[in-house]
Amino acid sequence: MARDGGVSCLRSSETMSVGIGKMESPPLDLDEVHVLAVDDSLVDRIVIERLLRITSCKVTAVDSGWRALEFLGLDNEKASAELDRLKVDLIITDYCMPGMTGYELLKKIKESSSFRQVPVVIMSSENVLTRIDRCLEEGAEDFLLKPVKLADVKRLRSYLTRDVKLPNGNKRKLPEDSIPVHTSPPPPPPPSPLTVSPDSSDSSPPLTVSPESSDSSPTLSPVEIFSSPLSSLLDDEDDDVLSSSPESSPMPEESPVRRQKMGSPGLSYYIKLGSSKLLINMIATCVNKFFKITTCVYLSHN
Amino acid sequence: MDSLAAQLQMQYRNYILSLYQQGFLDDQFTELKSLQDDGSPDFVAEVLSLFFDDCVKLVGNMARALDQTGTVDFSQVGASVHQLKDSSSSVGAKRVKGLCITFKELCEAKNYEGCVRCLQQVDIEYKTLKAKLLDMFMFEKQIVQAGGIIPQVDIN
Repeated sequence: MARDGGVSCLRSSETMSVGIGKMESPPLDLDEVHVLAVDDSLVDRIVIERLLRITSCKVTAVDSGWRALEFLGLDNEKASAELDRLKVDLIITDYCMPGMTGYELLKKIKESSSFRQVPVVIMSSENVLTRIDRCLEEGAEDFLLKPVKLADVKRLRSYLTRDVKLPNGNKRKLPEDSIPVHTSPPPPPPPSPLTVSPDSSDSSPPLTVSPESSDSSPTLSPVEIFSSPLSSLLDDEDDDVLSSSPESSPMPEESPVRRQKMGSPGLSYYIKLGSSKLLINMIATCVNKFFKITTCVYLSHN
Repeated sequence: MDSLAAQLQMQYRNYILSLYQQGFLDDQFTELKSLQDDGSPDFVAEVLSLFFDDCVKLVGNMARALDQTGTVDFSQVGASVHQLKDSSSSVGAKRVKGLCITFKELCEAKNYEGCVRCLQQVDIEYKTLKAKLLDMFMFEKQIVQAGGIIPQVDIN
């Protein structure tokens, strides 16, 4: 959890210690949707992380537009060496943030060559039409009114099922009758809505929020988590304005960076809409069709 | 004992309903509860804990900003109010959120007296809510200890 600001992303049960200057992303499982969430409010970050996890997304949560750019490798001229491994499928950002607003972040993302195709969703607690229009004109995919609900996130998830769903692949049966010749590859099957398992905790999920109670029996009950004394809290605040919690609240030392892995073993297999994979799919389809055609031609001659 | 658990469950239900009826909580709190499951059994407690930490911090910021000898920077106060409004909205702290909306208008109007009074109300309100929710968690603990399960309370 990003209690001390910075980036929070947890990969399975590991916590990675990454300094601000050297942000690394481990190789991502290409089947999983990776969402970058940007919000200066710690409470909102935790909630949005939870909502996204429930809809089976991997989440990286950062507390500012600058950190988001840093994570994406857009904060300097040279391309990040890690960029090849960095796969972000959706960026969801708060509008009102100190420093860089969500709108400004949106603009920067849309100006970049690497990430302009990534859908960006803006969240705001204020229903201001001019704001909404401005964001949509700048290329935002959607505008969510806070507080964000599970239904909103599930709807967002459906954007990401533009991805081609691969059915049985090459296990199609050859028809006995002759089939019409297709000279062009068939269009990909229509995207089906993502089946979201409401309970994504088949395996015990990694920590989203300290204390580390979700892994095994809680060291602190909700009452204990709750009743930390107020007086010591103010003094222990660190100077990081964004998303810091007082030390005396029962939270263990957190590494600033972790990626949250959300297992979704029950979900259908998706091919990412990377052009290379689509090409492979198209080639496979062509080969399959060719095979059928030659078989039919052979059968018709005999 | 069954009867004790049942009794506690009934009291718990009534208690939760009263929190909603008295405007302490709104349906975002219900939403938050629905996000909790066996894999994350303390999710609500943890979010609320962070929220109350936020309250302490932001109320402190507002107090300091209003305490300036000379010109008060109302935009600075307003920024903290906005953050608190967002957080309270996200956890379903209805009364706190309502106060923040009023507070924001007072900041925009640069109404110093109004802001100071509102800040005091915010301070009381979040502490009251914290006490109420602490009682709620105590109830839950007692129910579990009595061998019962924590009931889902239907607000409607």
